[in-house]
Amino acid sequence: MAKRIEVRIAGLGGQGVVLAGQILGRAAVYDGKSVVQTQSYGAEARGSAAKSEVIISDNKIAFPMVRKCDILVAMSQQALDKYISDLKGNGILLVDTLIKKIPETEAKLFKVPATKTAEKTLGNKLYANVVMLGALIKETRITSLEAMEKAIRESVPEKVREANLNAFKEGLKLG
Amino acid sequence: MASLLGSGVYFWQGNEACAYGAIAAGCRFFAAYPITPSSEIAERLARLLPLVDGIFIQMEDELASINAVIGASWAGAKAMTATSGPGFSLMQESIGYAFMTETPCVIVNVQRVGPSTGQATKAAQGDVMQARWGTHGDYVPIVLSPNSVQEMFQLTVRAFNLAEKYRTPVILLVDEIVGHMREKIEVPPIKEICIVNRKKPKKGDRSFFAWAEVAPMPTLGEGFNVSVTGSTHDEYGVRFTADPEVHRRLISNLVDKIEKHRNDIVELEAWNTDDCSTAIICFGCTSRAVYEAVEEARRKGVNVGYVRLKTLWPFPAETIRRLAQRVEKIVVPEMNLRQLFYEVERAAYGMAEVTAVNKIGGGQIITPEEILEEILS
Repeated sequence: MAKRIEVRIAGLGGQGVVLAGQILGRAAVYDGKSVVQTQSYGAEARGSAAKSEVIISDNKIAFPMVRKCDILVAMSQQALDKYISDLKGNGILLVDTLIKKIPETEAKLFKVPATKTAEKTLGNKLYANVVMLGALIKETRITSLEAMEKAIRESVPEKVREANLNAFKEGLKLG
Repeated sequence: MASLLGSGVYFWQGNEACAYGAIAAGCRFFAAYPITPSSEIAERLARLLPLVDGIFIQMEDELASINAVIGASWAGAKAMTATSGPGFSLMQESIGYAFMTETPCVIVNVQRVGPSTGQATKAAQGDVMQARWGTHGDYVPIVLSPNSVQEMFQLTVRAFNLAEKYRTPVILLVDEIVGHMREKIEVPPIKEICIVNRKKPKKGDRSFFAWAEVAPMPTLGEGFNVSVTGSTHDEYGVRFTADPEVHRRLISNLVDKIEKHRNDIVELEAWNTDDCSTAIICFGCTSRAVYEAVEEARRKGVNVGYVRLKTLWPFPAETIRRLAQRVEKIVVPEMNLRQLFYEVERAAYGMAEVTAVNKIGGGQIITPEEILEEILS
């Protein structure tokens, strides 16, 4: 793993991209890394553009914002179109298979059926964010599995804990 | 308490760290009206305060919130409110009342884009001057500016300590970026956190206001005969609504009790300011870009240093003046249209060139590249 990894998770409000960033960041802290997680969302509760950014480093992190990211996770067409130009050429791109138009890119591309899996296997598309995290960790190993599971457990309410852990496991099979 | 605030490493949002810092400092009363981007402070304290026998009240608006906080402080509690620009505007009259009545309390303003409703979810640093001069009349506020989640905890504790020590409202001026970002934070053992409590009067004391040093503060209901008024008053709380001398004495003592203790109140983080040719003056989230800009400038062979204001007010004019004598250029980056800039320019007194980097709207933080460009220009 490189010394500093910048991840951007983007989609629509209500898709859980902010929570996904929090879980990823918390897991990296459990792995002993320096982490800054920030988020940006609209004034509306749902439907507007939302993104979450996580910087993971072995060193202290000064500037807290992502400029060129190493990893882009796109959960909506709008998010992909908006942020793909900020993905590094040798970066990694994960897109939900709901997204139909994927621009040409030099980045390593993974099409992940996160929303589909969440709906079919877990019965609710709201778990797509955590399914996506499973795929992300499978492909990049930017945090340990143990740290992710611990972070998921501590980031979601008890009644959906098992479902989220299952979502993560389903994601690990994808990617 | 110990189990509630176990020392250790956490991954917290800045606003959460503020809430825990308040509990650690001894805050047992919080009244607020929710507003983005400060609401997580209220949300967290609504859960934490009942666990320590404290009181959380969601009030009907920000005027009621600050007034409840002032009342709670006179009832003996360490009290806090949290808001953002629109709510901070509404609180100004009663913040003046808190200055005038020497009421210790903490007001957190997590800044968003203004004026008015502006952009509710987006970061700004546009309330620097409002924090200084928001209420009417002459006074000297204490305003602290954190730049990390760790500092949100530490400076919240410090805000309470300064409020109690100097019997004055203290403003924690945050921005949306620091309030909402999550970072690793190390919470020290509760026993190692320095806590200051207000000076209490002795039995038979009758003078509770307008001392040259800080007067003791009675708690209402403890049997002291005390009149608390926003009108001009003497040492005994007696109103003098026309007497110039009583007013001059009151205000100069209220101003002096802060000004004379600048060295205790003002905290700076300075780096490489002894021999640099360019210095950057910064605060809050913007300083996080400055760290990177300075490193990059030095890689390019430019000798740059910085001063970060952890205390915005009282303003360290003397430090800036001495700096201006040594350096050629001072750069002031801020997410507003030149609020700190003019203060720095005034203190530099023409001895160094002072330039600005400004950005407003959309919550766009100033980048290291933009600061570097100004350093090199």
